[in-house]
Amino acid sequence: MNKGVKYTGIPSEEELLASPGIPSPERMEKGPVAFIECVQDIPCNPCEEACPFGAITVGQPITNLPVLHGDKCTGCGLCIAQCPGLAIFKVHLHYTKTSSLVEFPYEYCPLPDKGDRVPCGDRNGDYVTQGQVMSVKNAKVHDGTAVIGVEVPKAYCLEVRTICRKEYRRHG
Amino acid sequence: MRVAKHPILGDDKRERDACIVVDGNKVSAITGEPIAAALLAAGIRKFRVTPRFGNARGLFCGIGRCTDCVMTVDGQPNVRTCVTPVKDGMIVETQRGLGKWADEP
Amino acid sequence: MKTTLVAVIGAGPAGLAAAVEVARAGGQVTIIDENAKPGGQLFKQIHKFFGSREHMAGVRGFHIGEQLLAEIKKLNVEVLLDSPVYALFPDKTVGYIHHKKEVCLHAEKIIIASGASENALAFPGSTLPGVMGAGAAQTLINVNRVLPGKKILMIGSGNVGLIVSYQLMQAGADVLALIEAAPQIGGYGVHAAKIRRAGVPIHVSHTVKRVIGDDQVESVEIVELDSQWQPVASSEKILAVDTVCIAVGLTPLTELAWLMGCEFAYVPSLGGHVPKHDLNMETTVPGVFIAGDISGVEEASTAMEEGRLAGTACAEALGLFDREKARELKTIIWERMNALRTGPFGEGRRKAKDQLIGLSMGGHA
Repeated sequence: MNKGVKYTGIPSEEELLASPGIPSPERMEKGPVAFIECVQDIPCNPCEEACPFGAITVGQPITNLPVLHGDKCTGCGLCIAQCPGLAIFKVHLHYTKTSSLVEFPYEYCPLPDKGDRVPCGDRNGDYVTQGQVMSVKNAKVHDGTAVIGVEVPKAYCLEVRTICRKEYRRHG
Repeated sequence: MRVAKHPILGDDKRERDACIVVDGNKVSAITGEPIAAALLAAGIRKFRVTPRFGNARGLFCGIGRCTDCVMTVDGQPNVRTCVTPVKDGMIVETQRGLGKWADEP
Repeated sequence: MKTTLVAVIGAGPAGLAAAVEVARAGGQVTIIDENAKPGGQLFKQIHKFFGSREHMAGVRGFHIGEQLLAEIKKLNVEVLLDSPVYALFPDKTVGYIHHKKEVCLHAEKIIIASGASENALAFPGSTLPGVMGAGAAQTLINVNRVLPGKKILMIGSGNVGLIVSYQLMQAGADVLALIEAAPQIGGYGVHAAKIRRAGVPIHVSHTVKRVIGDDQVESVEIVELDSQWQPVASSEKILAVDTVCIAVGLTPLTELAWLMGCEFAYVPSLGGHVPKHDLNMETTVPGVFIAGDISGVEEASTAMEEGRLAGTACAEALGLFDREKARELKTIIWERMNALRTGPFGEGRRKAKDQLIGLSMGGHA
């Protein structure tokens, strides 16, 4: 049982559910959407300015948890690379009939190539499933924070948040 | 081991343009990098042994404050290798205890 | 003897920020640092900073450092490197060593921004090569581009331990575990989440029992702690690491303030003995200011704000700003600083700072 981010380093189910940065299941049905997995009050608000559609608000004081306005979020993913805590992801639930697309920030080398099959990991760093890399964005303006999009079976879209490091280093 | 590629810092483009001699063995290095960095890159971590019990010591603070990393360099003992830059041809020796000056009997 | 208007001791984020403010106001300022390069710890911070736009959120620490240095250059601030300050005299003369010679520099005002140093931890085997401060590992990987080892144990879950673990993996090492003696993680959840995502286990209520090895670290034994912080019998685990990094806090480097006769207060949450200072960052010795970790261990963002405050206050004291202008500038800086000292992580530091300021202004502990 995960007592919470303060004890394990991983936000618990309860913490995520209580966070205003997580979209509703209804919103997820509609199209790609940001997942802001920020559950602690720390003074930080670049996400607010990162969104060109006003879909993220923090306000004052800047320790407020970011609020995701699902109706305004277009799933563009611009916010992902701009969170200093690397806590923003994107999930496109119905990418295809059977698969979802998960985008996550990644600051390691080597970067995978588009088309690569990679071992995908969850918040625990454990292997979850194989995924296909659909996009690797490494814009200069994002200063080294690459954003990788992997296609995974739908069932894993709420778990996959990274490339599984131990598996990737073994084979990759 | 050197960090040749890095996701934020990019590729290390520096040339190993210097050669230092460590306990008689040639070690390639980069002019200007701390001696300790060249040693660690070559897998050398034991820099000295303590005077009384001969215990191995190496780098600890890395910024020139603790003096755990001292070695004898070009005949001079107690040189803080973490803040002393490499020069081509430097002679570096594992220091035994308090070390000896080159001209000491 | 050499003279200057304001002597800033320490070219880290606090010192650089202070010097910029004095120079902008038109004052002559000299920065003195013992290192070969300026920037203090700032250039080792390759992660993106937090805060808001005005705090340079989203910018990597070393880029912020580059910007500060560019301003210093533009303002023609004198920076003396390889110059450890060994003395401060009552008339505000600064004694430093350069190229094995003593030099004296007289100043009207002094800003001490000497930072803090890493705490050590003693345990059997802690002196072996391969056991080092987390800051040492950070310097090696981010400045010198050399790995301290390949398999690391990190001790300490404050932001330093969490961030350096991440950076060690970025440099290509494996962090086998991070242990924390307390029952909870000390640093930001987002920093912890990054390393958990990379498969690094975080064991709270664990400490190091001993390091095993003859001439260097060969493995380490960790042990669980109970609610009374006592080792739990038979809970020992051996980890096959070659490096142990210690991130158990920092202590302000306050020798120069002691030398100067500044009054101190003991504030554990700020790192121990810290010089008292007022709202202007002035110590109990008139004309001697402090800024950054020497005044309480926080972070680079607050260090820069404190530096700006000290620099502005110095400029005001020298008559380079009128009272109104100074008050205006200081208010803006305080607002920016207070925004950083909020929330569950910042509140405690804010209270500690309020206490320190209260004591300096004649209050009682």
